[in-house]
Amino acid sequence: MSNYPKPVAATPLNPRRRGIIIGASDGIGAALAQRLAHEGYTLALLARRQEKLEVICEQINRKTGEYCARAYVHDVADYEKAPELLRRIVADLGGLDLVVFVAGVNYPPGGIDKYNFENDRRMVEINLIGAMAWLSRVGEMFQSAKAGQIVGISSVAGDRGRVGNPGYNTSKAGLSTYLEALRNRLTRHGVNVLTVKPGFVETAMIQAAQGPTPFMITTEKAVDDIWKAMQKRRQVVYTPPIWRWIMLAIQHTPSFIFRRLSF
Amino acid sequence: MEANTTLSLNSFTQLENFGHSLRAPSYRFHPTRAEEIFEVFCLAEKMGLSVTARGAGKSYNDAALNGGGILLDLSAMNQILEWDPASGLVRCEPGVTLEQLWQRVEPSGWWPPVVSGTMKTTLGGCLAANIHGKNNFQKGPIGEHVLEFTAMLPTGEQITCTPEKNADLFYAMISGLGMLGIFTSITMKMKRIHSGLMSVDAFPVHNLNQHLRALLDNAPTHDYVVGWMDTTAGGKNIGRGQIHASNNLKEVEDPNAQETMRLENQTLPPRIFGVFPKSLLHYFMSPFMINIGVWGVNTAKYVASLRTHTFRQSHAAFHFLLDYVPNWELAYGRGGLIQYQSFLPKETAEETWRAMIALSHRNRLPSYLGVTKRHRPDKFLLTHALDGFSLAMDFKVTDGTRAKLSQMLQEFDRMVLKAGGRFYFAKNSETSAEAARAFLGEETILKFKELKKRCDPSNLLESDLFRRVFE
Repeated sequence: MSNYPKPVAATPLNPRRRGIIIGASDGIGAALAQRLAHEGYTLALLARRQEKLEVICEQINRKTGEYCARAYVHDVADYEKAPELLRRIVADLGGLDLVVFVAGVNYPPGGIDKYNFENDRRMVEINLIGAMAWLSRVGEMFQSAKAGQIVGISSVAGDRGRVGNPGYNTSKAGLSTYLEALRNRLTRHGVNVLTVKPGFVETAMIQAAQGPTPFMITTEKAVDDIWKAMQKRRQVVYTPPIWRWIMLAIQHTPSFIFRRLSF
Repeated sequence: MEANTTLSLNSFTQLENFGHSLRAPSYRFHPTRAEEIFEVFCLAEKMGLSVTARGAGKSYNDAALNGGGILLDLSAMNQILEWDPASGLVRCEPGVTLEQLWQRVEPSGWWPPVVSGTMKTTLGGCLAANIHGKNNFQKGPIGEHVLEFTAMLPTGEQITCTPEKNADLFYAMISGLGMLGIFTSITMKMKRIHSGLMSVDAFPVHNLNQHLRALLDNAPTHDYVVGWMDTTAGGKNIGRGQIHASNNLKEVEDPNAQETMRLENQTLPPRIFGVFPKSLLHYFMSPFMINIGVWGVNTAKYVASLRTHTFRQSHAAFHFLLDYVPNWELAYGRGGLIQYQSFLPKETAEETWRAMIALSHRNRLPSYLGVTKRHRPDKFLLTHALDGFSLAMDFKVTDGTRAKLSQMLQEFDRMVLKAGGRFYFAKNSETSAEAARAFLGEETILKFKELKKRCDPSNLLESDLFRRVFE
């Protein structure tokens, strides 16, 4: 699966950081891969679709002139495969400093009076349980090493249950809570856990949005915000930042009003 | 050892080099018996992971790091198995530290023949790096005092090597960086001493020429010679510093030998000026660890060393300078430190070091500490020694200076190689595969790899250092 040469050895004067991006074949994951490679990370990129993944790896490696990115085909719903793959990647990269969980799907039921259990289940399986399958092992590893950074791409959609897409809201609310709990466990061990809550970002997933998409940003802008938050080792970041205030208002809207809205 | 049978995420440990400038996480195991080492090999093979041995972790570079792989921490294999005060022969497990060793043998009138600047190193690590001391010109590296060792190969075979039996492995595993097998017991001959004290001559040298001449001239008449170099001094003062040349006392020279050899008289005092606890000292050193501060400290030290005098000092106090201030390396701050040690033939040393030190001043990246020694060649496979001198320079690492320092050290490598010099794998962290090939020679590397294939056919033993230098 990874016929790449061993990455450049880290030395005190060339301390290369090593990261995993789970869900790197497009959208925020792919853009973040480009950015982190540019910032000097050696990366393991994970996604289901091999061709897309390899195109991105090739792009990155051509641009940086070394083997910064390595492709690993993986379906996050294959929970049992996560531990072995994690061990493999850590050995291939020669260590691990960062894990970014971006993988996510959004299947709207297609109307506020429609229900689709299969879709809901799929979203929870990938967005939430997929994250737990990886991050619980990564958390244990980082806790033991007393170092590391975990970045989880959640969503503003997790901040309140709304009429449009209960399954997606639930998966992202679960993910946000899971990340918060990890943060509370791991901060005392020197590990940073960053929850990213993007609003509307120009990716393939935007097609799932029903209705208007205010404050839409490009993936590059989102990645810029994420990278800055990572450097500052922040805990939660909204991108673009205005969503922090919007969601504050939405979270505090009383239920007797909120349940009457078709928002 | 139950943990050996499975690979637990709980054993995942972030480990550092001695200078706190490099970190790598590994699955760490603490075997206590040779069989457990083999169990780890089996596990590694099953999991497709590599294995690196680690003793005290006092190497300045990545010799005892194995990012993402298995780390065999041998510090629990620390029994002195046999000690015969009549013959001076000692048989130890690899995790025995020099501290344990000298404390055991010294009261009966013996001392380890070769020691490092810190007593915290383990014998296994000392053999793997084939360390030298301040008496390298006379006694060679530690390997020359090993009579026999046993080692566990990754194949599960346990072999015994002496300079006669399995000689090729004897001369390759000592200096072999733990890449051929893991030492399981080491038999060494200690050196006779007749007093707990040494007679030390201390005198200043005012430039590089004088400095190297003093090392050269004092070696034949002294048991140990070491120089401190003020690497912050420039111009015609380049190479100024102080020489300490010492001799073991002869039988008649110390009337109180019984008394001075007692262990109580060998320990380093825990306090400075009687009141100041040394364990806190590194915090107070930290603010001085900037170019100007270090210039001040070096200059003050030079002025203080201008007096020529002879004094008596305990063995421990003379040898283990690095243990004077516990955790001194923490004073270098978050980025830690690296050491660059070059070995140069006596003909080219002066000119090359003059150019290197001048370059470091032009780059405003002076070394904060310089130490010189006199050396002679030895016949170990991956030897660093030659007929000449070595200069070890400590450099502070910060985010702002990394790139520039890296460039400068690459330039240093070119200068040293051009001058026929060599490097030491326990120290330099930036030596490239090309530089290693240039000083070791293609033939030596081929021979080492051939032996590795024989001892370790599935290539289980690999450290970050090995990957950096031999791949």
